[in-house]
Amino acid sequence: MSDARHSTARSIAAHAVLLTYTAIALFPVFVIVVNSFKNRRAIFADPLALPSGDSFDLVGYRTVLAQGDFLLYFQNSLIVTVASLFFVLLFGAMAAFALSEYRFRGNMLMGLYLALGIMIPIRLGTVAILQLMVASGLVNTLAALVLVYTAQGLPLAVFILSEFMRGVSDDLKNAGRIDGLSEYTIFFRLVLPLVRPAMATVAVFTMIPIWNDLWFPLILAPSEATKTITLGSQAFIGQFVTNWNAVLAALSLAILPVLVLYLVFSRQLIRGITAGAVK
Amino acid sequence: MAQRRAFRWHIAVFLAPAVLVYTAIMIVPLFGTLNLSLFNVVEGQRVFVGLQNFATLLGDPRWSASFWNALGNNAWFFLVHMLVQNPVGVALAALLSSPRLRGAAFYRTAIFIPTILSFVIVGFVWKLILSPIWGIAPGMLDAVGLKALFAPWLGREGTALTTLALISVWQFVGIPMMLIYAALLTIPDEVIEAAEIDGVTGWAQFWKIKLPLILPSIGIISILTFVGNFNAFDLIYVTQGALAGPNFSTDILGTFLYRTFFGFQLQIGDPHMGATIATAMFAIILLGVCFYLFAIQRRMRRYQF
Repeated sequence: MSDARHSTARSIAAHAVLLTYTAIALFPVFVIVVNSFKNRRAIFADPLALPSGDSFDLVGYRTVLAQGDFLLYFQNSLIVTVASLFFVLLFGAMAAFALSEYRFRGNMLMGLYLALGIMIPIRLGTVAILQLMVASGLVNTLAALVLVYTAQGLPLAVFILSEFMRGVSDDLKNAGRIDGLSEYTIFFRLVLPLVRPAMATVAVFTMIPIWNDLWFPLILAPSEATKTITLGSQAFIGQFVTNWNAVLAALSLAILPVLVLYLVFSRQLIRGITAGAVK
Repeated sequence: MAQRRAFRWHIAVFLAPAVLVYTAIMIVPLFGTLNLSLFNVVEGQRVFVGLQNFATLLGDPRWSASFWNALGNNAWFFLVHMLVQNPVGVALAALLSSPRLRGAAFYRTAIFIPTILSFVIVGFVWKLILSPIWGIAPGMLDAVGLKALFAPWLGREGTALTTLALISVWQFVGIPMMLIYAALLTIPDEVIEAAEIDGVTGWAQFWKIKLPLILPSIGIISILTFVGNFNAFDLIYVTQGALAGPNFSTDILGTFLYRTFFGFQLQIGDPHMGATIATAMFAIILLGVCFYLFAIQRRMRRYQF
C-alpha cells in the first residue's frame, strides 16, 4: 500500500516539474500574443495582464496590415516553402526508392554521398552559392531560395525515406511486376502511398527550418519583392522598433502559421521520430 | 543467354533529379568555397596564393584576434548547450516516459513549441523580456524580492554570450527531449521488468539500466548540437546585430563569416577571406564529426533487442 502512495507522490512531483517547464517554454509566446491585443499604455503599465475591455486594442494589427507588404512576404514564404517541400519530397522519395529497391554498383557509395549533407551544413558553401546565383541571374528570385532549400532538405529526406522503403513488402512489388506494371508505376502507385506517414515526418522536419531561415533570404533574395516573412519581420522590427503595438502584432502573425502547421502535424512528428528510433 | 542485363534506365531516372540538385547547389559550391579560399586579389588580379589566406587569418594580429575570439565564444556557446540543454532534455524525457503519466502528449507538444519558432521571434521576445525598459524580467524579480539580481544581461560584455546561449538552449531543448524520449520508449518492457524483479527501481533504474541504453542517442544529440552550434548565426544576428556586440563579446564564427564576406560599416566585403573562414569552419565541423564517428560511436555498445 505504501508503494501506491509512493508512486502518487512521485507522479505529483513529475507533474510539478513538467508543468513548470511547460510554463517556461510557453511564457514568451504568451507575453507576445497577449500584449499584441492591448493598447500602448496597457502594454507598458502591466505587461502580464490579459487584455480587458479598457485595454483591448487592435491598432497593432491595423498598422501591420496597412503596411501591405506583410501579405506579400507571407505569400513569398508560402511559395518558397511549398515548392521546396514538393521537390524535396518528390526527388527525395525517388532517390530513396532507387537506393532501397535496386542493387546496383555504387549503391552504397551513392547513399553515403547523399548522406554527407546531413552532417555538413549547406551554409558553408554560401560564398560560392552566391556567385553561382549571380552568374545565373537568379539573385533576388524565389527560385534561388527554392533551389537552395531543395538541396538542403534532400539528404535527410533520402536517408529517412530509404529506411522506411526498405520496410515495404517485396511481395507487393513483385506482384505488381508480374502484372506488367512498369517500375515507375510501382513507385508512384504502390510504394508512395505506403510511405505517406514517413513523408509527413520528413515534411515537418524540412518545412520548419525553411520557413524560419534568415541566412539565405538575407543573402540571396533581400529585395522588397522577394522578402520572406522571417526576413520581412526582421526588417519590420528594425523600422518600427518604437511602435510596440505593431511589432508585437507582427510577431504574433509570424508565429501563427508555423504554430498551426505544427499542431496539425505534431502527432505525426512524434510517430515518425519513434519509428526512426526503432531502426 | 550470357548477355549482360540491359542498363536499367529507371534507376538513373529515379536518382538523377536528387543527385543533380544536390551536387549542383550543395557539393560543387562547397568545394568551390574551399577552392576560393586559396585565391586572393592582388593588384586587381585574382591570383592563386596557396595557404596565404590562412596565414593571414591565423597570423595577422587584426584577423587572428577576431578569429580566436569568435572560436572561443563559439566553444563556450557549445559548452553551455552540452551542460544545460542535454541534461535538461534527458531529464524531461525521463519524466515524460514514466509509465502511467497523464497528459504526456500535452507536455511533449508544449515543450517542443519554442523549437518551431523562428530566430527572429525568439530573439526579439527575449530582448523584450530582458529589457530594462519594458521590464518583464525586472518586474518579476521584484515580485519575489530579488530585484537586486537584475542586470541588463544582454548588454554586458561579461554576461551577454551566456545569456544568448541560454536563450538558444530554451529554444532547442525540445530536440534532445524528443530523441531521448523516442529512445526510452524502445527499451523493451522485459528489461525493465527484469530490473524490477532484481529490486532496481526509481533513480537507480534510470542510472544503471536506462542511461547506458540511451547513450548512443546522447552521442547523436551531442554531434547534432556541435554541428548546429558551430554554424549558428541567426540568433546572434537578430539580437545583437552583425557586429555581435557589446564589443564583439558575442561574436561567433557564423557572424564573423557574415561580416567578413559582406562587409560592415567601413570594411568592405571580402569573398576570399570569407571563403577562408568558411573553410576553417568546415575543418572544425569535419574534425568534430570524424571524432564522433571514429572515437565515440565505435566504442559505444549497441544493444540489440
